[in-house]
Amino acid sequence: MERVFNVSLVGVGGQGILLISDVLAQAAARAGHDVKKSEIHGMAQRGGSVISQVRFGPRVYSPIIADGSSDVLVAFDRLEALRWRHLMAPDGQALINRHDVIPVSVTSGQQAAVEDLDGLVTRLYPEAVMVPATALAQGLGQVRATNMVMAGALSHWTPFPPAVWLEALRARLPAKLVALNERAFAAGREAAAALGVHRATA
Amino acid sequence: MSTEFLSGNEAVAYAAYRAGCRVAAAYPGTPSTEILETVARFKDAIDCEWAVNEKVAMEIVIGASIAGVRALTAMKHVGLNVAMDPLMTYTWIGAHGGLVVVSADDPGMHSSQNEQDNRNLARFARMPLFEPADSQEAYDMTVAAFELSERSQAPVMVRLTTRTSHSAGRVDLGDDFRPLAVAPKPYCKDIRRNIPVPAFGRPMRQRVEERTAALRAEADASPLNRIEDGDRRLGIVTSGVAYTYVKEIFPDVSILKLGFTNPLPKELIRRFAGSVDRLVVVEELDPFLEEQIRAMGLAVVDVQTPLRLFELNPMRLRALRRELLGDAEDPAITPAPAGLPTRPPVLCAGCSHRGAFYILHKLKATVTGDIGCYTLGAFAPLDAMDTTVCMGASIGNAFGMEKAGLGGRIAAVIGDSTFFHSGLTGLLDVVYNRGRITVVVLDNRITAMTGHQGNPGNGVTLMGETSEATDIAALARSLGVRRVCTVGAYDLEELERVLATELDAPEPSVVVVRGPCVIAERRRDLVPYAVDAAACVGCGACRKLGCPAIVRGDPLGADGRRFTSVIDPELCSGCDLCRQVCRFNAIAKRS
Repeated sequence: MERVFNVSLVGVGGQGILLISDVLAQAAARAGHDVKKSEIHGMAQRGGSVISQVRFGPRVYSPIIADGSSDVLVAFDRLEALRWRHLMAPDGQALINRHDVIPVSVTSGQQAAVEDLDGLVTRLYPEAVMVPATALAQGLGQVRATNMVMAGALSHWTPFPPAVWLEALRARLPAKLVALNERAFAAGREAAAALGVHRATA
Repeated sequence: MSTEFLSGNEAVAYAAYRAGCRVAAAYPGTPSTEILETVARFKDAIDCEWAVNEKVAMEIVIGASIAGVRALTAMKHVGLNVAMDPLMTYTWIGAHGGLVVVSADDPGMHSSQNEQDNRNLARFARMPLFEPADSQEAYDMTVAAFELSERSQAPVMVRLTTRTSHSAGRVDLGDDFRPLAVAPKPYCKDIRRNIPVPAFGRPMRQRVEERTAALRAEADASPLNRIEDGDRRLGIVTSGVAYTYVKEIFPDVSILKLGFTNPLPKELIRRFAGSVDRLVVVEELDPFLEEQIRAMGLAVVDVQTPLRLFELNPMRLRALRRELLGDAEDPAITPAPAGLPTRPPVLCAGCSHRGAFYILHKLKATVTGDIGCYTLGAFAPLDAMDTTVCMGASIGNAFGMEKAGLGGRIAAVIGDSTFFHSGLTGLLDVVYNRGRITVVVLDNRITAMTGHQGNPGNGVTLMGETSEATDIAALARSLGVRRVCTVGAYDLEELERVLATELDAPEPSVVVVRGPCVIAERRRDLVPYAVDAAACVGCGACRKLGCPAIVRGDPLGADGRRFTSVIDPELCSGCDLCRQVCRFNAIAKRS
């Protein structure tokens, strides 16, 4: 791979985005790439938008991905997918968790919900792979494994084999959580394959 | 060769271990907090602590340096304001054991009340300044900073920014990652050296200027500053993380990459300027380099692209390239739709700060606030804070408002850790000068906002030991406050009775509101609550608590203006406040 590969991961505090970014960065490093990972902590724990960016390739300088340059955009929530639409490259791929965390601004009645969220997502992401990650993780008995379901889906697009992902996952997670997260990863990889992996690279 | 994947903050801590640092002290503050948290992994080699504030942290590491060992302190940009007093004099006295001061600035104000470029403070204090661009440089430059400090006797500043602190990359730790053999220097009592009374201070002042001249020569020759030759029709001088954006967008031009930026390497800059047709300076925040380069009489392109405020990024540099070279195109970008609902941070469901704000709002108090999660009490629907300035300001601000004749009920609201940090002196002033404000200490016994660090209130130390837990009520009494009470955070009736009484009292009072941080103390025994849809009249009183677990439900009645409430059982932590405000008994524990 000659150029730098850019992945943006977006969602809401508490969805495990910082952990999946860590695993991705470690996997890319294991695959022999130079890697940079950048995240904004701030008030993530308190229900805010979260964004993390991982870049890898022969030599990575900027920790920030320029707008319109994310090869893959991984969104853990449909509203966040819309909020960060400008990050995606014209020929990029979006992987969107089919899940909504309604913001407090809406549940409290202070702001209006998005009208026709389905339509807007379809219009702005006509080629997105819509992964039912939260539902799959719930099916495995642990909603917190949503992040590894998304990692499994993402593994079709990252330019290294899934085995490298799994090595990084095992190295990063406590031993007692490894089996569950491996199952989540496999479920995500399978679900994305069933949904059609056009343009996938790995 | 051992390699680790580290954030800039972690890399600084690894470097401190490598450099033989023996003492580290800091007060937590985003984006610097993880530096000391990581130093604690090496606590067998480095004595580390959460100090009560940055000034005390600085004084501790200065003491360690005077005693002859290497020492490090780390703080966010505004923390350095607090610590400047000891630092300004120690740069004159001069380090004995190497002293490194890490300033983590927050361009873009991701988690701060202001945006300041602390490179100015390094120059102001006449100390060498290193600006790492990434984790590897954070490691290498921190090791080098200890060495330079000990050799030159100047405390050295390592300036990180949010992007260098919180970005991670591979760090080569060398072949033999263990502490360098640095023997502590013997301590010598020497009042001419360590006591800057005017007679001793004046020669120090002269020596500092001589030292600065010598350090400038060192910066000129330093490997931390280098020319990366490219197309010489354009030359860019850059430092810190800005270098990474320059490399991304201007891979073809000549670059002077500066890592050692104070004293400025003037000869190197002059040489670089002489080798290029046009000179441009790209730096984050203030024109720190640019103004000094212009003052040297060198011609610098007057850039029109706005680059001064907030963080730089590749997009802003691409705009600069368009201005300078006309050949940078943005990719086709599909914008995000306008008007999406926002996700502002809110106090957590079950937060122990909520009740006090709800009552202060109800009592129509003027509330001066402070720095912490509880600053969120300012926002609707709680709407219970008028001001926030800096750590500890709430108390002095409230007293000043009283002196100005504002009248009515005035409360200062401050968290436990902030009270220890710099609230005590303000309270003493109020007692001494016969104020009558009420100080509300929101006491959750933890430094919550920055990720649950220990503080004197819980007596949990960074070394993993337990010490005396300071009693805030007893402390207030010992300062001379006669009206001190302690109230549970979840008893609204009692909170209202106590706060109303104390706000109207003709003398200063302290109300300690006790309740744990719901994130730090995940209680398993709590049962979530539910709304009885049949009993709910849609008055919305419970939603005035601003609890994220209470969701607006279906419309009620013909006018469509009332809505039922629904409680999300996943978010509800069973704090009971909503049951207390419901006058229709529609809220109870889930059966």
